[in-house]
Amino acid sequence: MRSDLPLFPDAASTGAHQVDALFYIWGVVSIFFSLLIAALIVYFMTRYRRRREEEIGKDTTVPLMLEIVWSAVPLAICLAMFVWGARVFFYVYRPPADAIEYFAVAKQWMWKFQHPEGNREIDQLHVPVGQAIKMTMTSEDVIHSFYVPAFRMKQDVLPGRYTTTWFKADKPGTYHLFCAEYCGTEHSRMIGSIVVMEPNAYEAWLAGSQPGQSTVASGAQLFSTLACDTCHRPNVAGLVPRAPRLEGLFGHQVKLADGRTLVADENYIRESILNPGAKITAGWTPIMPTFQGQVTEEQLVQLIAYVKSLAGDTGGTATSSEGPSK
Amino acid sequence: MTAIPTNRTAIDSPTPAVTSDRELPRRNYLNAAYGLRSWLLTRDHKRIAILYLISVTTFFFLGGFFALLIRLELLTPEGDLVGPDTYNKLFTMHGIVMVFFFLIPAIPAVLGNFLVPLMIGAKDLAFPKINLGSWYVYNLGAAFTLWSIVHGGVDTGWTFYTPFSTTYSNTYVISAALGIFITGFSSIMTGLNFIVTIHRLRAPGMTWFRMPLFLWSMYATSLIMVLGTPVIAITLVMVAAERVLHLGLFDPAYGGDPILFQHLFWFYSHPAVYIMILPAMGIESELIAAFARRQVVGYKVVAFASVAIAVLGFLVWGHHMFVTGQSMYAATVFSVLSMVVAIPSAVKVFNWTATLYEGSISWSTPMLYALGFIGLFTIGGLTGVMLATLGFDVHVHDTYFIVAHFHYIMVGGTIMAYLGGMHYWWPKITGRLYPQFLSRLAALLIFVGFNLTFFPQFILGYLGMPRRYWSYPPEFQVLNVLSTAGASILGVGYVIPMCYFLWSMRYGKKAGANPWGAVGLEWETESPPPTANFDVTPVVTHGPYEYGPRPALAAKEAGVV
Repeated sequence: MRSDLPLFPDAASTGAHQVDALFYIWGVVSIFFSLLIAALIVYFMTRYRRRREEEIGKDTTVPLMLEIVWSAVPLAICLAMFVWGARVFFYVYRPPADAIEYFAVAKQWMWKFQHPEGNREIDQLHVPVGQAIKMTMTSEDVIHSFYVPAFRMKQDVLPGRYTTTWFKADKPGTYHLFCAEYCGTEHSRMIGSIVVMEPNAYEAWLAGSQPGQSTVASGAQLFSTLACDTCHRPNVAGLVPRAPRLEGLFGHQVKLADGRTLVADENYIRESILNPGAKITAGWTPIMPTFQGQVTEEQLVQLIAYVKSLAGDTGGTATSSEGPSK
Repeated sequence: MTAIPTNRTAIDSPTPAVTSDRELPRRNYLNAAYGLRSWLLTRDHKRIAILYLISVTTFFFLGGFFALLIRLELLTPEGDLVGPDTYNKLFTMHGIVMVFFFLIPAIPAVLGNFLVPLMIGAKDLAFPKINLGSWYVYNLGAAFTLWSIVHGGVDTGWTFYTPFSTTYSNTYVISAALGIFITGFSSIMTGLNFIVTIHRLRAPGMTWFRMPLFLWSMYATSLIMVLGTPVIAITLVMVAAERVLHLGLFDPAYGGDPILFQHLFWFYSHPAVYIMILPAMGIESELIAAFARRQVVGYKVVAFASVAIAVLGFLVWGHHMFVTGQSMYAATVFSVLSMVVAIPSAVKVFNWTATLYEGSISWSTPMLYALGFIGLFTIGGLTGVMLATLGFDVHVHDTYFIVAHFHYIMVGGTIMAYLGGMHYWWPKITGRLYPQFLSRLAALLIFVGFNLTFFPQFILGYLGMPRRYWSYPPEFQVLNVLSTAGASILGVGYVIPMCYFLWSMRYGKKAGANPWGAVGLEWETESPPPTANFDVTPVVTHGPYEYGPRPALAAKEAGVV
C-alpha cells in the first residue's frame, strides 16, 4: 500500500488539508526567494568576476526605497502567514462542541486508549470516519507526544496534567501513530496505528471487542468503591452534605476560599482528587484526604468522566442517579 | 607549531629592525617564545586563539564521529548497528559536544579572540589573564563532560527535558550538566572581555561606525553570552539538584512542573542560536566586502540588525513549545515575535547579495564559502519562518524537518562561515598560504555533501518521521540512505582542509602581510603579527571597507550610509 519512496504524506483529516495549504503557499514563497537569491548570486559572481588582480569594485549604494521595500515585503508576507497560521492552529486545537471524548494514557513505552463506550486498546486506536474526536491525554512518567502525521496533528502528553487535542478523520485507512517527544530507550518503538473505519464497521468492531461498561459507569462504580459518596452526596432529606455538590459542577465557575474563581475542568478535578488542599471551594473546610497513589491514571480518567456526566448537560443522564444511591 | 627553521638563532635580535633584513624572519607571536610553557601560560590573545582552535577542532571531530555513527545506524530501518540506548547516547553526545563545545565557542573564541584586538588596533584584549583563564575553564568543563562520555554517556538529548533527565534517566546526567555549567563561565568571560575591549581599547579614530561589521556582531554576541548564559547555568544546577535531592522543581511526582524547565532552558537556548549565527554573519560581511572589494551595502543597517537580533532573540523562546500545551495566546505572541526577529536576518541577506552588485568578485576559496553561506542560510531562514507559523509547526515539530532546518543554520550557516573565515585569515594566523585548487574542491564537496545530507531530511520531516528515532518505518529508507551518502561526502570534505592546513604550516608559500589585497587593520600588520600586533598604534581615518580612491569616498564619510 505504501510506496517505497513517498514524497508526500497521506492526508486523512479535516485539519490535514488546512496544514497542507499552509505548506504549499510557504513552499512556493520559499522556493521563489531561494531561487531569486541563488540566481542573483550566480549572475553577479559571473558578471562581475574579477578580471585583473588590482581591480576594485564600485561602491554603488542602494536607494533607501529599496532597503525599505526589502524589509517591508518580507515583513508583510510573514505577518500574513502568521495570521493564517494562527487560524489553522486555533482550528487544530479547539475541539468542536460535538466532539466525542477519548482518553489516552501514555507510559514508557506504550499508548493506552479508552473509548467512551469502555473499550480499551493498546498502541492502536479505532475511530469512526467523519466524527470529531477529542483526545484527553496524560502520562504516567515522562513527557510523550501524540503524533499522527496523516492528521498533521501533534500534542505533547504530560505527566501530572491533561492536555487535549482533536481531529476529524475523513478517509478510512490505517495511519501511523508516533511518539514525537524523546522519552527514553524504546522511544522509537512507542509507535502504533490509528485505524479509521466507516461508522458501521466501527460499530461492529466496538461490539466485537470486549464490550464492557462505559467509562462513566466505571467511574460511578469507583465513586462508590472509594467511598467518595459518603461526603459528596446529593441533598437528601435528613442528610447534611459534608462536601461540595458535584452535580452541575463541571464546566461551571467555582468560587474558591481565597477569593479566586475558576472554571472546573479536567485538570481542576484531577488536582482536587490528588491534592484536595490545593484549591478549596469557598465555604467548605478542607477535610478531604488525598487519593494520590490510590487511583491509577485510568481510574482518574473514569472518575473525571463520571463527574463530567453529573454536570447535567453532557448527556450522562442514565448514570447520574446511580452513584450515590448505593 | 611554527615553520621557522630551527637552526636560525638570529631571531633573538633585541629589537626587530624596522628596516627588516629579508634573510631573517621577523619576530612574531609564534616565534616570540618556544616551549609548552610559553603556550600554556601565554596571555597573548593570538596564542590563546590557537589554544582554542586546537580544543574546538578536537571537539568538532569528536562530535562529527558521533554524527557518522548516527547516520550509519539510520542506513537501515531496523536498529541493527548499535542498540537503542547506545543510539540515544550518540545523538545526545553529538548535540552536547557540537552545541556547547564547538558551535558556541568556535567563532568567538578562535577568530574573535584573534581578530578583535587586531581589528580595532589594540595590543590585546582588555583582560588577557581572564582570556587565558576562560580557556582553562572551558577545558575543565569539557573534562567533566568527557568523563560522562567515557563512563558510558548521557541519554537525555542535548535538551535535558524533565522529568526524564531528573528522574528517569540512569546515565551520567549530573557530570554532563556540570560540564556545561562550568563551560558557560568561559563564554561569560569571553563575552565580558570583548565588550570591555570594544568599548575601551579602540585605536584613535576607530569610531563605532568605522568598526568592521565582524566587531558589531561580536559585540552583539557578547551581550547574549553575558546575559543569557547564567540562565542555562542555573537551570542545569536545578536539574542536578532535583536529581539528587528530589526538590520538586520539575517532576510532577514531587510537585514540580516539567514545562517550567522548558521555559528556562529555551530562554537561554534560543538566544544561544544567535550566539552561534551572529558571529557567522559578521564573518560573512567581512568576506563579501573583501572579495567583492567594495563597501558593504547598508553598513549601518547590517550593524544595527545584529543588535536587533540579539535583543529580540530573548523574546521568542516559546516557539520551541507550541505543542506542549502552553496557552494558545502565549503561542500566538511567540509566533508573531519570531516572525519579526526573522526580518533583520532577511535584510542582511539582501544587503550581502546587493554588495556583490558591481563588485570585483574573486572566486577565491573564502568567497566560495561566503556565497555558499548566503544560499544555505536563506533556506535555513525561510524554513525557520515556516516553523514559526503556528499551524504548520504542529505537524513538523520534533520531526526531521526541524533537524534539517537547524542544520541548515548551524552547519550551512555557522560552519560554512567559520570555514570561510579560517580560509580568509589563515594566512594572517600562520603566515602561510594553502593550496588553492584543493581548497576550492573541498568547499565544493562540503556544499554538495551538505545539501545531500540535509535536504532529504526536510522531506522526511514533512512525511512525519520523528527525530531521535533509532528505528523507523521502512518507507523512509530511501531518503535516509541519501542522507547517509551525503554525510560521508561531507565527512571527507571536512577532513581535507584539516590536512592541507596542517601541511601549509610547514610547506605553504609565505603569505605576506596582505595576500588578498583586503583593507582592514589586521592586514596592515605583518603575517603572522608581532606579539604586540602593531609596531606603531594605528590611527584610523576612514571607514572599514574603503577600497576606492580615498578622496572620492571622503564625502561619504560625512554620514551617508
